[in-house]
Amino acid sequence: MTAVLDPHLIPLRSARRIQLSELTKRDRVVRGFLLVAAIIPTAALAFLAYQMLKSAYPAIVFNGWHFFTSKSFDLGNQYGSGVEVHDGYKAPAGAHYGILSLLFGTLVSSLIALLLAVPVSVAGAILLVEKLPRFLQSTLGVFLELLAGIPSVIYGLWGVYTLGPLFSRTVYKWIAALHIPWLRGPTGAGEGLLSASIVLAIMIIPIIASITRELVRGVPAISKEGAVALGLTPSETVRTVTLPYIRSGVIAAAILGWARALGETIAVLIISGNALGVYPKSIFDAFTTMAATIAALLDSALTDTTHMATAALAEVGLVLLAFTLITNFAGRLVARRFSDAGLPVGRGV
Amino acid sequence: MAMQPAVNARVSRRRRLKDWAFWAAGGVAFILIVAPAISIIVSVVHQALPALGWSLFTQRTNGIGLQNAILGSLLLLAGVAIIAGSIGISAGVYLAEFATGRSEKVLRFFSEVLAGMPSIVIGYIAYVSLVVSFKWGYSLLAALIALSVLITPYIIKTTEVALRQLPTTLREGAAGLGMSRTSTLGRVLIPAALPAIMSGFTVALAISTGELAPLLFTAGFTDQNPNLKFFHQQVPYLTNVIYTDLSLPGKRAHATAAAAGMLSLVILIILIIIARIIAGFSRRRTARMTV
Repeated sequence: MTAVLDPHLIPLRSARRIQLSELTKRDRVVRGFLLVAAIIPTAALAFLAYQMLKSAYPAIVFNGWHFFTSKSFDLGNQYGSGVEVHDGYKAPAGAHYGILSLLFGTLVSSLIALLLAVPVSVAGAILLVEKLPRFLQSTLGVFLELLAGIPSVIYGLWGVYTLGPLFSRTVYKWIAALHIPWLRGPTGAGEGLLSASIVLAIMIIPIIASITRELVRGVPAISKEGAVALGLTPSETVRTVTLPYIRSGVIAAAILGWARALGETIAVLIISGNALGVYPKSIFDAFTTMAATIAALLDSALTDTTHMATAALAEVGLVLLAFTLITNFAGRLVARRFSDAGLPVGRGV
Repeated sequence: MAMQPAVNARVSRRRRLKDWAFWAAGGVAFILIVAPAISIIVSVVHQALPALGWSLFTQRTNGIGLQNAILGSLLLLAGVAIIAGSIGISAGVYLAEFATGRSEKVLRFFSEVLAGMPSIVIGYIAYVSLVVSFKWGYSLLAALIALSVLITPYIIKTTEVALRQLPTTLREGAAGLGMSRTSTLGRVLIPAALPAIMSGFTVALAISTGELAPLLFTAGFTDQNPNLKFFHQQVPYLTNVIYTDLSLPGKRAHATAAAAGMLSLVILIILIIIARIIAGFSRRRTARMTV
């Protein structure tokens, strides 16, 4: 069963294979120029990976495995004269770089976001394609593009000033009243893990919803007609025909959305409450993520004369990079099973 | 809609209720998608109200205006349009029309992987390499490169899809007339796919206007108006004002931050509308060709 994301798309596998011998001289020159442009993204990626490794190398040696087994992340006393030395690399006295709490914050916030975003995106996309008139379909399309394009700093602003305060007075209080472990405790002013996750969810909805919309559009009419002919109600048709058909595509979309949530920086930085080196005590508590920490600490890391602080942040970036590479790779691998056309990139519009 | 509800007297009440509940859930989801977008726009405009006025355009950020930031954002937009646009569209054309076998798969895959790169990682590397190692300082060129790396994969993808959407008959017709690949591309395929390419390009630009993470450590900021100096000259831009003015004390600074947010939303919405108009044009054109 192969679904194609866009019905107009010619499957890549059957695309016109070009024979080099059929090219004229001018064709070859043009092809050469275009090839240079096509190589640039790959070269940029290689450059990014190389630079990241290079700048993180001192920290990798200095930290060893402690990097992954310790939860406190401390740049140390950069203004004192004390220096710590490990394996020939110097760092300010008291410096300690462990990313366990950052890993926790990154994974938990992005997974909560995914948990919230997937049902909303899938239900919204199905409703959109199956029920809504055409003009509403394109209206929602505009909203998806808008959600994708709104600057993350505005999401942060909105999360802190509008959504956070509103929810901490209402929804969070109700959740806390249920007294479920980890879901109770003071709801604060609205900064924290749950607020950040909700905003992240809103930010990745455009990715998941726009892919799902194309998937639902790709479900063959004949299968749906069969279901209707059997007397199934529309919702039963969705459950028995549409959902099984789009399942692996939705998984791929979710993975891509997850990758985006993992790497989101500014919005999380503003809403997280920026609690470095501790685990959040409840879902309403402050926390921070890898990406937000890089942005938050880079300024002060630059003042570190041993340069270990910037190297440590590069190592954090390297871990983040590895995460997003793996998730992207996995998402595209899953996607390849169901589609020849490939997935949208970027923010998914 | 091909599928009409089969709900009638023979369907039991329980099933009808379930059906109704299902679509109600869909409606809730729909609202959950639309409501945040509206809420964000309303809250930004609401907070920006005290700062709105012509002074935003006539004064710079050292006064009560945003003139330098607006000009800087537009300059970055233009620069990214040139750099990412030329590279992205060329690469997209290559992948759609000139690529052979394996190289195509590899290049496309890495371009897509690059698209998933966290923007702060791109910003960090741009800082470490361009700003520090290459000694460019906080500068226009460093900012443009960081932003272009972020946005190019998207332009590549939309260009490639735009060309692939063209009916094969166009290529066959051109080949039948004995046209070379390049002439086919320049005279037949590009003109036909241009609206689709441009609309994808415009959406990519719209998204680039909202970025802050890659610029934070490459563009710097200044109260002066931006100029065309590529190196060692910091560039002001709107998203930076939103971010920094937020942490300043005082209502005035917050209102200015919100006004900067509103202006970047305005730029975003204008670009999205332009993209929509071009896309509508493209649909009509493709529909004409497939007949």
